Amino acid sequence: MTLALETTGLHKNFGGISACTNVSLRVERGARHALIGPNGAGKTTLINLLTGVLAPSAGRILLEGEDITGATPHRRVRRGLARTFQINQLFAEFTPLESIGLAVSERLGHGGDWWRVAGSRLSLDADIVGVLERFHLADVMYERVATLPYGKQRLLEIALAIACRPRVLLLDEPAAGVPEEERHEILSAVASLPREVTVLFIEHDMDLVFSFAERISVLVNGALFTEGAPDEVARDPRVKAVYLGEEAVDA
Amino acid sequence: MSAGAAPPATAVADYMAQRARWRPLEIAFWGAAVASLFLLPGKHLILAEIAVLGLFALSLDLILGYAGIISLGHAAFFGFGAYVAGLIAKHHVIDEPVLALLASGLAAAALGFATSFLVLRGSDLTRLMVTLGVALMLREVANRFADITGGADGLQGVSTAPLLGRFAFDITGHVAYAYVLAVLFLLFVAARRLVHSPFGLSLRSIKGNTLRASAIGIPVNARLVAIYTVAACYAGIAGALLTQTTSFCSLDVFSFDRSADLLLVLIIGGTGYLYGGLVGAIGFKLMQDWLASLTPQYWQFWIGLLLVAIVLIGRERVAARLGGLFRRGR
Repeated sequence: MTLALETTGLHKNFGGISACTNVSLRVERGARHALIGPNGAGKTTLINLLTGVLAPSAGRILLEGEDITGATPHRRVRRGLARTFQINQLFAEFTPLESIGLAVSERLGHGGDWWRVAGSRLSLDADIVGVLERFHLADVMYERVATLPYGKQRLLEIALAIACRPRVLLLDEPAAGVPEEERHEILSAVASLPREVTVLFIEHDMDLVFSFAERISVLVNGALFTEGAPDEVARDPRVKAVYLGEEAVDA
Repeated sequence: MSAGAAPPATAVADYMAQRARWRPLEIAFWGAAVASLFLLPGKHLILAEIAVLGLFALSLDLILGYAGIISLGHAAFFGFGAYVAGLIAKHHVIDEPVLALLASGLAAAALGFATSFLVLRGSDLTRLMVTLGVALMLREVANRFADITGGADGLQGVSTAPLLGRFAFDITGHVAYAYVLAVLFLLFVAARRLVHSPFGLSLRSIKGNTLRASAIGIPVNARLVAIYTVAACYAGIAGALLTQTTSFCSLDVFSFDRSADLLLVLIIGGTGYLYGGLVGAIGFKLMQDWLASLTPQYWQFWIGLLLVAIVLIGRERVAARLGGLFRRGR
């Protein structure tokens, strides 16, 4: 069975600093795979390498067995790899309707249409409205994104990635900054993803990691430290040490 | 939580169509333009100039206001179109002006396509320098090949054949203004269509957040190349109109002043709602005309003062007052 996502010997240097060292990650198809590690471990760098925002210094990236190491970010999206951002990256001047509309029309190959009014394809509109409803955004679909409450913006952040209908979804701290009482909305949106969608996610909230992940990779100083099922990782004293401080590891 | 009544797809389609509809003030604007054909026969020369400048500014608005590409060398395409039209007329390659205009636009588009790859990357400053450099180079090329272009003396012996084989260009500028206005209107309608399309929406998304645009599958570079090419075509047509209506073309069409004035026009009129270039062109030319009659030597002082005021008080506030009349509900 081919893996959903695989990296082999991935390296990234910024000047003399290595942000990612020999990372060989294997994500099974349909996995709920968490990527954890202390601040500065290189988790977001890894996501940026996977999505093509950064080019690796060495190594390869395979999406469903195909080499995408040199592919542009938008081509990776077309091939079924979408992401969300740790800090919201939204179109502040657009409405949620326009934002989701962009993603949907691009996915269906109509994003370059230049001679019809946007929104004039009913089949697209149905798709767009479907995404907005699933993410509880239908009631604010005509409002400017910049004026939406943070919780809604966070939902839109995830909805934008889902609207690309990815087969592999990378979530960079989906619940970051969302108050406790609004988290369930985000989490249920993520949990209700169909099983054929592979999810690789970064998260600091350990409750969330252990309730959702079926496999956990621990990243430390840009390198893969350990990997295993949640209970194995939870029992691993070295992982605990990493989170408590560097001295504990050396000891 | 989600709204009680699910908005069906048709409601969305209606809403979006509604936003793309022509506003009464837009119709009034074009109505006034047509009326000026009949009511201001003595002003057709300056009106034709304004319309050419308006088209040129519209072209810059397409890349600056919608795609966020700033240029200090947009005269490169204006000048290229102007010279192509001049050479076509001088050597009788195509005599009919409308066809010659199309050819000039296509030539400028080809140049725009070729140079678009230079502005894909980099900051605003890089783009300013690159576009400026391209315009400077073209000017020197035109200067160097004086046997073809006439060099510093300008291209002599350009005579524009009658429009559509029937309407000869006259000294009062009646035919010229009607011609320029018709071209401006057609190209404006096309641009309006374009910015309300999914393609236009994707341009604005690139301007708003390039990182996210590429993360939802938008081919950012391809879109920028496309709009830069279209804008170059528009600018080339504006340049060609200038040559055709004045039967002359000089190195001045490539000048830095022309590119800089163009930015001024857009700053006066505001960017990103298409009418900015037109409103700005009217404001700029009328002001130039009026100030020059008051203080022939120092009129640029007042233009400069206005520029500083607009930038300091906030273009939004000044432009909103002028442009809010035309702006679609956002």
